[in-house]
Amino acid sequence: MKFKAMTAIAGLLIAAGPMAFAGGADDDTLIINGEIEMISKTAAPAHLDGVFDEIVSGWHFRTDETQALETDDFDNPAMLFVDQAIDAYDVVEGEAGESCASCHEGVENFAGLSAAMPKVDADGKLVVMEDLINECRTERMQADEWKWSGNDMQSMVALISLQSRGMPMDVAIDGAAAPYWEQGKEMYYTRYGQLELSCANCHEQNYGNYIRADHLSQGQTNGFPTYRLKQAKLISKHNRFRGCIRDTRAETFAEGSDEFRALELYVASRGNGLSVETPAVRQ
Amino acid sequence: MASGVKPRVKVPGKASAGEAVTIKTLISHPMESGQRKDSSGNTIPRSIINRFTCDFNGENVVDVTMEPAISTNPYFQFEATVPETGDFKFTWYDDDGSVYEETKSVTVA
Amino acid sequence: MHFTRRETLAMGAGAALLTVLPFRANAAVDDLIAEFTGGAELADAGVDLTAPEIAENGNTVPIEVSAPGATAIMVLAAGNPTPPVATFNFGHLAASQSASTRIRLAGTQDVIAVAQLADGSFARESKTVKVTIGGCGG
Repeated sequence: MKFKAMTAIAGLLIAAGPMAFAGGADDDTLIINGEIEMISKTAAPAHLDGVFDEIVSGWHFRTDETQALETDDFDNPAMLFVDQAIDAYDVVEGEAGESCASCHEGVENFAGLSAAMPKVDADGKLVVMEDLINECRTERMQADEWKWSGNDMQSMVALISLQSRGMPMDVAIDGAAAPYWEQGKEMYYTRYGQLELSCANCHEQNYGNYIRADHLSQGQTNGFPTYRLKQAKLISKHNRFRGCIRDTRAETFAEGSDEFRALELYVASRGNGLSVETPAVRQ
Repeated sequence: MASGVKPRVKVPGKASAGEAVTIKTLISHPMESGQRKDSSGNTIPRSIINRFTCDFNGENVVDVTMEPAISTNPYFQFEATVPETGDFKFTWYDDDGSVYEETKSVTVA
Repeated sequence: MHFTRRETLAMGAGAALLTVLPFRANAAVDDLIAEFTGGAELADAGVDLTAPEIAENGNTVPIEVSAPGATAIMVLAAGNPTPPVATFNFGHLAASQSASTRIRLAGTQDVIAVAQLADGSFARESKTVKVTIGGCGG
């Protein structure tokens, strides 16, 4: 492994007792269903010059048993929820008498969309997948909004993102997206909370090291929503952002806040080039 | 009945007579263990699937007694012999009396 | 508090005795096994239990049991609040007496498989699974 500079966290870890540095990402290859070969390690995008040489999917930081859960669509428990979304896709809801399928026809028409999300919409506003789904629900279907991290919403985000599985992440960071991207980058390097930790402290300076018994990854979002064994359900990006910031003992931003949209764009751009892995399985 | 319970079953559609086939099953269920407490400190009552069976043409393959230590969204993998063309029947029994069923046909060429 | 030399020695001997007594670490597990076997002897060979040495999350730990010819395999998690996990009863059409599932472990502990073999005898295997405590809950 590359030995990185010790930060406050690494100092804490050492204070907690001797521990083995088990090293960074493993060298396994991520192939799904024995046929879809994923780009799970690749050269870092240009904007990360001087930060990373290589970007690495969180899959490489997990144990063999957790990794195996993602390599077969039947073993992957997230697919239970994808199945539920396949059913929901055809369900007519709301005053307008429409389902997702009424306008969009087959869900495969969404291929490529999530690889380019978040994006700036025609009104100049940064939108993420949950925004697109809720806009369809409220405006076109005249149905109720779905709760951001609710099972309905995250199952549908997973189903739509699955259509892009294997495609490289490619979010735009220039043009109209630039100010949002800058805002997200600023947040990424801001130390939050009583522990004064930024995203970068763990996921840039210490990936491959341990935080207690957790193996820190680069914090890539290319596999979200991800089935987390801890909660045994699909977890949204914003839920995870909130968890991280809360763990710094800070007041966190809300799921669906503009701050988290901007952070989502910036973090997604750090994974530009990695395959969309949705729905991933993590610890 | 626990909401959103949905089985997934993977069985090959074809087999040769007497062939051993691998079967995988997954069902969405919270498997509430009865050990957890809610935010006001009250124990959340146990609510699990307590039994799973797989039969082929009425003959048993496996019959599993399940306890709260089985993970959320229970998963089983096992092997069955397919003697002839017929149907696998999968049954999950919920604590609340609900029964979830799934059937898969296999053709012996 | 003051102890005489004799009292101190006696306490030492008592402590030593406690550590060597084959006290039943987990009576519930022993009782469950006895109930399953009817008190029969347990052989070491005849049942295989596959479990990870380290589980990243105790909520979903993959395990596999296998006992050629067995009629039933019981799985216990000795350190859980309630040790029973599952009992697999194999029918006539089971192509092998093996099965995989995913289980919950409340912490680092022994997982135990006890099989009733074809000849009616019993075999046992156990594996220690270390359950790690994550850094980033929630």
